[in-house]
Amino acid sequence: MRSGVAESETLNRRQLLTALLGWQVANSVGCGTSRPSAAGELTHTRFDVGHLLRDGVDASLRPQTYEGVGVTIVGGGIAGLAAAWRLKRAGFDDFVLAELESSPGGTARGGKRNGFRFPWGAHYIPVPMAENKALIDLLTEMRVIESLSEDGSPVVSEQYLCREPEERICSQGRWYEGLYPQHGASEEDLRQLAAFRAEMNRWADMRDPSGRRMFAIPMAHGSDDELVRKLDQMSMEAWLNERGWDSPRLRWLVDYSCRDDYGLPPDRVSAWAGVFYFAARIAPGSEGSQEVITWPEGNGRIVDYLNDAVSGQVRTGLGVFGVAGGDQTNPTTVLAVDTATQKPVGFQSEQVLFAAPQMMAKYVIDGFSDSGRDASAFRYGSWLVANVHLKDRPVDAGFPMAWDNVIRESRSLGYVTATHQSGIDHGPTVLTWYYPFADVEATITRKQMLQLKWADWADVVLTDLRLAHPEIDDLVSRIDVMCWGHAMIQPLPGFVWGDARQQAAKPMGSIHFAGTDLSGVALLEEAFFHGVRAAEEILSVRGIVDQPLNDLRNG
Amino acid sequence: MASSSRLAFALLNRAPLFLLYLNVLAVATCGLIYELIAGTLASYLLGDSVTQFSLVIGVYLSALGVGAWFSQYLHKGLAKTFIEVELALALVGGLSAPLLFVSFAFVQWFQLVLFGTVFVIGTLVGLELPLLMRILKEHLDFSDLVSRVLTFDYIGALLASLLFPVLLVPYLGLMRTSLVFGVLNALVGLWGTYLLRPLLTSRGLTGLRGRAFLVVGLLVVGIIKADTLTTWTEEIILGKAVVHAKQTRFQRILVTNNRRGFQLYLNGHLQFNSVDEYRYHEALVHPVLLAAQQPKRVLVLGGGDGLAVREILKHDSVETVTLVDIDPGMTELATQFPLLRDLNQQALTDDKVTVVNTDAFVWVGQEHEPFDAVVIDFPDPGSYSVGKLYTTFFYRRLRQIITSDAVLSIQCTSPLVAAQSYWCILRTMEEAGFYVRPYCTSVPTFGVWGFALASQQPEIVVPQELGKLDQDLSFLNASMMANLFELPRDIQPIETEINQLNNQVLVRYYDEEWRGRE
Repeated sequence: MRSGVAESETLNRRQLLTALLGWQVANSVGCGTSRPSAAGELTHTRFDVGHLLRDGVDASLRPQTYEGVGVTIVGGGIAGLAAAWRLKRAGFDDFVLAELESSPGGTARGGKRNGFRFPWGAHYIPVPMAENKALIDLLTEMRVIESLSEDGSPVVSEQYLCREPEERICSQGRWYEGLYPQHGASEEDLRQLAAFRAEMNRWADMRDPSGRRMFAIPMAHGSDDELVRKLDQMSMEAWLNERGWDSPRLRWLVDYSCRDDYGLPPDRVSAWAGVFYFAARIAPGSEGSQEVITWPEGNGRIVDYLNDAVSGQVRTGLGVFGVAGGDQTNPTTVLAVDTATQKPVGFQSEQVLFAAPQMMAKYVIDGFSDSGRDASAFRYGSWLVANVHLKDRPVDAGFPMAWDNVIRESRSLGYVTATHQSGIDHGPTVLTWYYPFADVEATITRKQMLQLKWADWADVVLTDLRLAHPEIDDLVSRIDVMCWGHAMIQPLPGFVWGDARQQAAKPMGSIHFAGTDLSGVALLEEAFFHGVRAAEEILSVRGIVDQPLNDLRNG
Repeated sequence: MASSSRLAFALLNRAPLFLLYLNVLAVATCGLIYELIAGTLASYLLGDSVTQFSLVIGVYLSALGVGAWFSQYLHKGLAKTFIEVELALALVGGLSAPLLFVSFAFVQWFQLVLFGTVFVIGTLVGLELPLLMRILKEHLDFSDLVSRVLTFDYIGALLASLLFPVLLVPYLGLMRTSLVFGVLNALVGLWGTYLLRPLLTSRGLTGLRGRAFLVVGLLVVGIIKADTLTTWTEEIILGKAVVHAKQTRFQRILVTNNRRGFQLYLNGHLQFNSVDEYRYHEALVHPVLLAAQQPKRVLVLGGGDGLAVREILKHDSVETVTLVDIDPGMTELATQFPLLRDLNQQALTDDKVTVVNTDAFVWVGQEHEPFDAVVIDFPDPGSYSVGKLYTTFFYRRLRQIITSDAVLSIQCTSPLVAAQSYWCILRTMEEAGFYVRPYCTSVPTFGVWGFALASQQPEIVVPQELGKLDQDLSFLNASMMANLFELPRDIQPIETEINQLNNQVLVRYYDEEWRGRE
């Protein structure tokens, strides 16, 4: 840890609740402290190792011998795992994957406890469209996709499509179906909603001169036309203002969507990303969004599948702190520390795939900054995720419990019900509650965040849930909290179509790059795309011929 | 102690002064509790707690003013009036929660009753303190009086506001809290007749005490009977006597009784009437068991009332019956509740029968020795948690645990009232790989009711020979067996969507078709 920084003041309960949930909510609770009676624990991502890297590593930390391996993959999130899966699929086995955490998967990880499975982060993917061939291949291998229909769009097995009811929203203590706060909406509200949807459908149906859709997932399949690039120059809020859409309900929907997908309020989200969220999910010619695929453990199912496919080559608990590029004759060196033994470990490879966040690159890769690259434009948002174990379900007024349950008056994103997709509608369950630090700099510093204890976070979670379920305290048996330090790339205006992002995906000598941040939006599909792309780059360098999965020609 | 206090001490039947303040404390606590009850109840029943609490507090506070203003017109017999006010307040406040609950069920202008009650309570509370202070002002120094009475008044308010959320609502509930504080209030009144004895005339004292005892008694009876009040409300709505009521984790089970028979309701939906249930259950069970040709292993999904099992056990070939019903409360009722136990002829305790209390959705996903025949007797698909049991996914899972020539029967709501729902269920089974044969019959309690047979074999033949069964049936006979499958002109197939987990169209069809018709 860096020294010399004065200890920032710790927050009291009211300050914490005000910072995270707003003064209205904070005022509704008493002052003093409240220690939740449930059990639970707080987990942080390994910020200790991350900060160790940032603050400089002891030069004496060098291994005595180096392991020779064809390719070293740095980072075992979806990008790294997808790359490993892709290499293996081409029959190439000579690689290792070094992952800092004790289990791979990054923000797509899932968990299990007491017979329940639940997500710790990303928890669904929209059904991929025909052109996302690589992902369709993976999901077919996983037997999630049963077949392809005539137009190439996948047919997904019923049990993996999100079961109805999908969404509900709580407003003033009563639940309503859907995500849009329909109840009490005025004619003008509904007119603006219809206009907004029509605009998104218009973008979804539009093609650029080369026949590409304007927005597609992965975004590399979409257009880079001036028309979409221009959107990146303004915020989503400015874009709404331009159209005169001021309906509070529509604003709420957009605000929720931006916080949900990007962890940012609309005034800080690029309008490109804001429109992408809606338009990329609408198949051309169809009015609605693609259905979503989900599992009780969220995208943890994909993590487990990829990990099983390559598990022999995954090394967990290995914090990579140095990558020194090689040349035609010298191998590239990868230095890591085994977090369990604190012993140094080294690899020498022909290629390295850097599948960790770009913010790490300048600390890890020798000569990164000198090469003219600048990763400072890559900004990341923090998240809080809590898995709340319930002994029984709350009794709700109005629409029954759905998969996604949103509280209108809350700054959290609400919760998903882990047992929903298993079809279990009664008795104990786990609620996965999400909170993006959409305004983290404005409300609470990272340092203050790191000082908070489990009880503080559990208090925040319960205070928020009480807005919709006043009796929740009696039902909770356990609250596990995960603090994601740098969880999501932030699509701030100008970033997605800025030079830094487009430059970052290009190889640097024998070092290749992957990661969802290279797309500017945090989506499993983007991470998967870059993992496959980087693996195919390496296969091509190594002269291994294999049919490419990422087909950028538009379908 | 000031000399004037000593005077009061002597005057007031040698009662220590703190008893008087205790009186103020109790009065203040009761008043605020009534207000909190009204606010909470209104929030519960009407939602929008901010509005409800604002309005209740507003009406209450203004009524306090009205009461205080009105107190100037009272001159004679202040002590007696005070006690009368106490008793009236005990009665109105104590009964306020039951009154509001019941009136919500029956009165269209509920708000009128709500705010009327709050206003009356507020006015009575508003009268209390001025009266008490005027009674005591003769005997206490005025500044002393005002400061102490107000102090205890506010302490009472604090006490109420702490007790209410922490102890009262969680442990007593609204109904009992209201009644208990009514009793407390009445006891203060009764006690007043002793404490203020020197200020009361002998005339009417017995009557006053008698009234106080009456109010206390009435409210105590209310406390004892608080649970039956809910049941009573339901009885009035259904127009029948409720003989059993139980809220399980899954549903509210209600059995009513009238001269002609008894009825089972789940979550307010009629499941059967003992008068004509045999028509329904014979039609549900015998065609499938005959078509399955001497089935040995029979599965019943739903049907926790045991009535379908009663019919199944009439077939000698049957060796085991497995009944899967989510609610142990329901299967316990079927084995223990005398009326139902007699009606199902103790079917669920038969040696051949195994009862499993699990969600059938999960259970069909597990491994089981294959079944020869299946009877599906789920409630109608009125909710998503039941609708999932009518999906292609569910039927496909079911195919994994039956023999290749097993036959299924299923109850599928009224094809006359809910045609889309009915044909949606059949289309969904077909999509899942079953051949189906629709049929219907008439059950007076329900009207025309729809069923279907299903099998993985294209030909579903229902033998018309009843054999030994013939003498065991009350409804079906050999010639009717054939006619069951003759669809009338007004019940003919229509196109519908297929019910899947990810669309649950059936729940939407059902909701549209039955809304307002039950």
